[in-house]
Amino acid sequence: MTMPMLTVENLMASYGVVRALHGISLEMNEGELVALLGANGAGKSTTLKSITGVLRPVKGTVTFLGEEITNRKPENIVKRGISLVPEGREIFGQLTVEENLRLGAFSSYQRDRYKADLKEIFELFPILEERFGQPGGLLSGGEQQMLAIARAMMAHPKLLMLDEPSLGLSPAMTDNIFVLIKRLQEMGSTILLVEQNAERALGIVDRAYLLANGEVEFAGSAEDLKRKVDIASVYFGGDDEASCEVPL
Amino acid sequence: MIDLEFLINTLSLGSLYALLALGLVLVYGILKLVNFAYGEYIMIAGYGLYFSATVLQLPWWATMLFGVAAAVLTSYLTELAAFRPVRTKSANALIVTSFAVSIFLQNAVLILVSPRARAVQLPPIFSKTVNIAGATTPVRNLLIIGTTIVVLVLMSLLMKKTVLGIAMRAAAEKFTTTRLMGVPANLVISAAFIISGLLAGIASIFWIGRSSSVDPITGAAPLLIAFIATVMGGMHSPTGAVVGGFVYGLLFNILSITLPASMISYRDAFMFVIVVLFLLFRPEGIIKGGYTEERVG
Repeated sequence: MTMPMLTVENLMASYGVVRALHGISLEMNEGELVALLGANGAGKSTTLKSITGVLRPVKGTVTFLGEEITNRKPENIVKRGISLVPEGREIFGQLTVEENLRLGAFSSYQRDRYKADLKEIFELFPILEERFGQPGGLLSGGEQQMLAIARAMMAHPKLLMLDEPSLGLSPAMTDNIFVLIKRLQEMGSTILLVEQNAERALGIVDRAYLLANGEVEFAGSAEDLKRKVDIASVYFGGDDEASCEVPL
Repeated sequence: MIDLEFLINTLSLGSLYALLALGLVLVYGILKLVNFAYGEYIMIAGYGLYFSATVLQLPWWATMLFGVAAAVLTSYLTELAAFRPVRTKSANALIVTSFAVSIFLQNAVLILVSPRARAVQLPPIFSKTVNIAGATTPVRNLLIIGTTIVVLVLMSLLMKKTVLGIAMRAAAEKFTTTRLMGVPANLVISAAFIISGLLAGIASIFWIGRSSSVDPITGAAPLLIAFIATVMGGMHSPTGAVVGGFVYGLLFNILSITLPASMISYRDAFMFVIVVLFLLFRPEGIIKGGYTEERVG
């Protein structure tokens, strides 16, 4: 068995005095599509923030490609090959689509490759070619999400992390995004997907981690998770007792 | 009333104020810091002019380069030594630090040079006057207009056509996300301070050129002007700062010619009333701009 691409061990993180993660451990292998599920406040986004260096964990380690990257600056972690599509898309509204994509390529810019990358991006997202010169802020929600994903892809990430890519999108656009994520995996990307929409996420991922109250409550294949966990109770029931009885 | 002389005066005053305001707002955009040490970069540039001309006896063009370089270096060093260590702390820590830097630099000059003003020699062309279509104006007024046009064109090219400029605009909008693109935080912040110092240095040549002297508190007045101009024009975009600079120049000149002679010494008081009106009725300034309030983490 080869070494995992990403190993998160016993990660603890806080916002001020509020402890958000109580020791999360997870692993990702190259080529996998893995989901991080859980209700609001379960610690999904905090986990991604800690991996990308935006938030400094209190304890625990993050190892990527055999190298510990805990507490490194976000800009250095991107250079090592982890890109995040942040929650709420976070595209630069004042900048044109072109400038957004150019910044996406900041960490690994090579003129010839950049041109070729743009061509590929336009094949995946024809709308971005149409909107190339327009400010990102004028794009619709779905188009902005595509731009956010395209912008992250421009860095040629070894690991792509998506935080709630379907949030606030129409059902049709959500379908598109999920098809796209699956396609990115088939094209060779390793993807960590954080999703509220657990049913949809479980439809495309290989494995999933279920977080609750800052801890990993369940880890296993998508099939296992579907079978053993009442997803609805996790998200809507708020009945933590019930979900804690899940056999691990 | 509105003749060519008034127009040239207003454009030259506005140009100078626009440069001052632009330098202040560039750092604000990225760090969300109103840098109260900004006036000191102008003051240091003035001493750079004085030192290089009087002590080193350099030719006039070299004294200007020397003065501007002194401002750039001071701005960069204050970023490294004073602002960087407190950057991730509170916004209050940053602003108090900027006051500390300001007081430190003023007193350093006071002790190391003199509390008294020093005469600064600028090329004779600065004080010559020319006659254009019946309007008499100092040549330096035309020089500042020309210089400002060149600086604004270059700045606009930098911000739109270079990756550094794009990254700086992105950082002013969403700082953390910009870092997630792989843009080093220190790169955009240092760049902002260096360009801010450059603008302070260029503006200083013309500011000092009006009085031909420099003293430890030379920086106070241009800082105030830059601050007021950004309040009026808008703190949230470079365009706002430039517009604010020109509006300030225009209002100031209108007050100068409309106020009776006995009131002219209260000109600044009238300017402050106008600023208060802006704060009451249009606190975001003339240009709303795209900077967000996200702080550097």
